Amino acid sequence: MSTNTIPDFNTTVSIDKVGVEERVSRLNKRSIKKESKMQALKLALSMIDLTTLEGKDSEGKVVQLCRKARVPYAPMPELPSVAAICVYPNMVSTAKKALQGTEINVASVATAFPSGMAPLQVKLDDTKYAVEEGADEIDMVISRGEFLKGNYNLIFDEIAAIKDACGDAHLKVILETGELETYENVRKASDIAMYAGADFIKTSTGKISPAATQPVTLVMLEAIRDYYQATGKMIGMKPAGGIRKAKQALQYLVLVKETLGAKWLTPEWFRFGASSLTNDLLMQIVKQETGVYQSSYYFSTD
Amino acid sequence: MSDRIEILKTYKTYVGGKFPRSESGRTYPIRDVDDHIIANACRCTRKDVRDAVIPARTAFSGWSEKSAYNRGQILYRIAEMLEGRKDQFVNELQRGGMKTKTAEKEVELSIDRLIYFAGWTDKYPQVFGSINPVASQHFNFTSPEPTGVVAVISSDESPLLSIVSLIAPVIAGGNTCVVLASESYPLSAVSFGEVLHSSDVPGGVVNILTGYRKEMLDHLTKHMDVNAVLNCITDKEIRKLIDENASISVKRVHHYPVDDWSDDTHENPYLILEFQEQKTTWHPAGI
Repeated sequence: MSTNTIPDFNTTVSIDKVGVEERVSRLNKRSIKKESKMQALKLALSMIDLTTLEGKDSEGKVVQLCRKARVPYAPMPELPSVAAICVYPNMVSTAKKALQGTEINVASVATAFPSGMAPLQVKLDDTKYAVEEGADEIDMVISRGEFLKGNYNLIFDEIAAIKDACGDAHLKVILETGELETYENVRKASDIAMYAGADFIKTSTGKISPAATQPVTLVMLEAIRDYYQATGKMIGMKPAGGIRKAKQALQYLVLVKETLGAKWLTPEWFRFGASSLTNDLLMQIVKQETGVYQSSYYFSTD
Repeated sequence: MSDRIEILKTYKTYVGGKFPRSESGRTYPIRDVDDHIIANACRCTRKDVRDAVIPARTAFSGWSEKSAYNRGQILYRIAEMLEGRKDQFVNELQRGGMKTKTAEKEVELSIDRLIYFAGWTDKYPQVFGSINPVASQHFNFTSPEPTGVVAVISSDESPLLSIVSLIAPVIAGGNTCVVLASESYPLSAVSFGEVLHSSDVPGGVVNILTGYRKEMLDHLTKHMDVNAVLNCITDKEIRKLIDENASISVKRVHHYPVDDWSDDTHENPYLILEFQEQKTTWHPAGI
């Protein structure tokens, strides 16, 4: 099967809604304690795309966030830094400058984020601008309206065109699963994105509720697994939005391990799109180290 | 004698305006003076402590920003609701082995004490605040502000009156609290939670846990999100533990040993002051 033709939906597996939810709730019962918990917390920390996507974002806030990305918690400098910073295109150069000399990537949302309601040319220009500014990763949104109308070819071509515009930058495709209504649609959209050339598939923009949920993530992980088995190509996964607690993060890691295996348990193949999750992970790590329950007062908000 | 089987009450905890069981699912037996088991209470763990501090912290901003007058109304309302359920509380205290007269007196005193502190909510800032003479062009004033989340470790004597006398000054001052109820007889404390629930007290302002003190005390007094401790236990070891734990995040600690809860020295605004921070403001004036 060629990787740049649209997938044949006749061969797509149908999704058993009850089965998916059942499996998620079963995997959520895994108990991770002590050393393995500590390791998982640190791993989750290193997988974070520290995100600020607000209309009121300023250079100052982005610089501050970049400092947090380098050293999440100053009293424990041995902790890993996060995987990337995720900002709007006009903040990319600021972030890039602030992260000079580190391994931390700069991800930029593009293509008329979060709605995606703009002509293709505008989306391409948006993407090119972000790449020229120095973005290492591009988070694009698909046109959900067109997808729900059934214009799958249009979605496919659009993703392929954006991928082209990205050049060397990694492309993450945001499906905005909260607007796709069914798991079947999530699976379809995942397949389209992967076959069109996505490097990562991502659940949500974080602007729509529900954002990332575990059943949706499982459906997407299974799509990645099937794609890997069919083509041998690894695709990354990024749940984003609504993941605030360390406990949830560990549950996501279990889903990844059980669906895709340990190979995917690295920041290269799995990311969390989150901002408040960072502090909860830090609080749990400090709790594990000291045995004292922590207060958010002692952790920086940006 | 009727064939009816009496429905026994399940004593749960009161956390965040709800009545959850302990996360552990464990309970422990409560006995009367003759050593008969009369009920089971939740045996809370450190995780329940953690889960109780969260709503206490969340409720703090709303409760402390309510007008002093409104807080007074709500405290008065608690007293009203307690008055309406007087018989239930007298019964409950009797089951624990208290004489009818003593039980009645305890409930009545509890009600009166709530009224007492209800009256202080909008007066203590005037009494304890001050306008300070300064030598510059400033209007300089000091006013008390609530400390935050207070851990209340209640004693085993006078199970209702003690908990009321401890909670009232803490919440009258705009703080929220996590209360460890009496270990040997926590039933009145849990029932008092129901009174709080039905008297306009926002969920999370008072959280009541039951169980073994030694399993919860350490984690509660160490918790970084707890700002102060009010302790009635006189045991030296426990006091030492509290003092040491409180030093980690520099909590305010007030040890409050009590012989007789019915003594009117417990009606005293200085108890409110124990959990207040004095804020001084320099306001440019007269220029």
